[in-house]
Amino acid sequence: MDFAFLFNHFAQLTITGLALGAIYGLVALGYTMVYGVLQLINFAHSEVFMFGTFAVAWVVVFFHGTGQTNQSLFGTLGLLGLCLVAAMLTSALIALLLERVAYRPLIKKGAPKLIVLISAIGASFSLAEVMGLRDRIAGWFGLQDDLANYVSQARNVYSSPVTIDPKGLFDIGNYRVTDVDLFVIGAAVLMMVGLDTFVRRTRLGRGIRSVAQDPEAAALMGVNSTRVIRATFLIGGLMAGVAATLYMIRIGSTRQNAGFILGVKAFTAAVLGGIGNLRGALLGGLVLGVAQNWGAAVFGTNWQDVVAFVLLVVILLVRPTGILGESLGKARA
Amino acid sequence: MSASGTEDRMVRTPSQPARFDLGFLQSRSVRLSMIVVGVILAYALPLIRPPFLTTTDSDFGGVMLEAASFALVAVGLNIVVGYAGLLDLGYVGFYAVGAYTTGVLTSQHAHWPFLLALPVAIAVTMVTGVILGAPTLRVRGDYLAIVTLGFGEIIRIVTLNTEWLGAAAGIKDIPPPPSIGPNQIGSDQDGIFQIPHLAWHGLTPLIDNQHKTPFLVFDVLDAIPYYWLLLTVLLIVLFADFLIKESRVGRAWEATREDEDAAELMGVPTFKYKLLAFALGAAIGGLAGSMLAAGQAGYINPTSFLILLSMLFLAAVIIGGAGNRWGAVLGGVLVAYLPERFRALSDWRLLIFGVTLMVVVYFRPQGILPPRRTRRAIRAQEKIEELEGEGVDV
Repeated sequence: MDFAFLFNHFAQLTITGLALGAIYGLVALGYTMVYGVLQLINFAHSEVFMFGTFAVAWVVVFFHGTGQTNQSLFGTLGLLGLCLVAAMLTSALIALLLERVAYRPLIKKGAPKLIVLISAIGASFSLAEVMGLRDRIAGWFGLQDDLANYVSQARNVYSSPVTIDPKGLFDIGNYRVTDVDLFVIGAAVLMMVGLDTFVRRTRLGRGIRSVAQDPEAAALMGVNSTRVIRATFLIGGLMAGVAATLYMIRIGSTRQNAGFILGVKAFTAAVLGGIGNLRGALLGGLVLGVAQNWGAAVFGTNWQDVVAFVLLVVILLVRPTGILGESLGKARA
Repeated sequence: MSASGTEDRMVRTPSQPARFDLGFLQSRSVRLSMIVVGVILAYALPLIRPPFLTTTDSDFGGVMLEAASFALVAVGLNIVVGYAGLLDLGYVGFYAVGAYTTGVLTSQHAHWPFLLALPVAIAVTMVTGVILGAPTLRVRGDYLAIVTLGFGEIIRIVTLNTEWLGAAAGIKDIPPPPSIGPNQIGSDQDGIFQIPHLAWHGLTPLIDNQHKTPFLVFDVLDAIPYYWLLLTVLLIVLFADFLIKESRVGRAWEATREDEDAAELMGVPTFKYKLLAFALGAAIGGLAGSMLAAGQAGYINPTSFLILLSMLFLAAVIIGGAGNRWGAVLGGVLVAYLPERFRALSDWRLLIFGVTLMVVVYFRPQGILPPRRTRRAIRAQEKIEELEGEGVDV
């Protein structure tokens, strides 16, 4: 128990917690939207995120080689833009694939939720393992040497060769807020506002809300639920791609199993904010990120995951509908 | 058409009980004798070492031990997932609680004999199950999945970060269960008597007097006595499982699983029964964990309880057929045995596993051995669809 550390580094812990929480929030969108529409835990969404992080690292390696360099955030904005596009495309592609292979056939058959969840767990394993065996898979095509920079030591940590050096901007308390912190939080909030507007204002957004509210009535009103479900996965994938880019800016390295714990945390964030609730996902992410950082300061970093899970259990007991309530179907969404 | 016709008649004859397929297998005496033969075979299997089945790359007795251990865990998880319909993704947490309780009581902080520590471990795990279940079983079913997943991780992180529990180094020198007969490790005078193994030349069995398993000595050299013990425990648990499932409790679980509101209206205290399922499942998980701790290696550490194991347990139950205790046994054995048999593919094991899971739930969502009730329900559903189809045609 180290409360002195918490109070001395309060601003730092809070702001880095917010930045981490923003990433959780973006990944949580993939859980919360799919849950809102299908009432299913999108268990494989963590792998959608994981593929995004690899896309970022690969793009950096492609344009930059493997030489380690340190660069400032604004010096790399062009490269980061490319990374963002690549990550969003990759994640969206994986999310669509997932929907097509692991979900749609079972939903068409009217399989019980438990069965769909098992299928998603299977898909999650498969995707993580494909990434972990990518050197061997490249070997099938005789490409393991040509692609060595991308595929070698597939099970180990894979780092982006360009490390972003955070630049201090101004002080809050005794912590110098960096451009990376602001960029990550700002980007996440921006994406959230954009998505929120999309779901509230557009035709497709109305379709998503209507399917979430009452799939049968929506179908009777002419909403194509298959299309809506696909769009939901697509949006979740795109947001996971953004989250993956922000994650790589902050953390800089990834791994074939990097998605798992982050996925559980993101789901926690979604439940925390009220599952099915888009604004709740971001809020839940931010609360979780900050709480986890404070918890880590008090109990030690080894315990931060425990803090996150205990928080989840407590929230479920005290307010099972989450902070903002569950409501993808409601007009506020 | 003819098949469905006879079936029809059988269903509609009131005097005849609803037994359809493989009629003679359903008769009680045939089934009982099949079970007895199966059990004897199961005990003898690691001694017989049949060709093709025997693993070449790892000790066959050890593989059988692991298979039996998985089967035991799967039977426990089947109560939670299959009977009560609660999705538990953190079952490995109970496994760990049982193992660590045994480890702490017999080696780390006290020197209790195993037979005393075992019931305590089961009780502690059961209490853990109640403590975890009491608050979370009130929330929505699918949240339970994520809460239990978190619980499994918490237990692992706690064991990893607590010096009192051995931290990353784990607990070693956990004593095995008490042996019967003399026991000098490695001597060939151990136990009350020794049983030779079989060795196969092609398809000819030969008695292999070089390798004997002493009855009944638990040491690090031979996994087979541990396997026998575990198999015995498994059979006892299966029998208890049978008694519970066929009782009022089993029916209450079934009703709760199928429609919780309806069950509640009919006077079933659903929460109480869900909690009971959770606690019983936890207790069996703890039992299996305790057996693991006092197993051949006598050693446990946090990496023995990765969350991955939870997924494997769940997969065993689903692949085998949730709700059928023999399905759970089969699933557990398959999940433990196949990767060992095909060790050459070990790198690809998880990928194959993931794909298999998706394929199995697509083509056979009810599992390899679905419970009889599910088979009946599926047949009834087909019947309804057939009739509805006819209606549309007219």
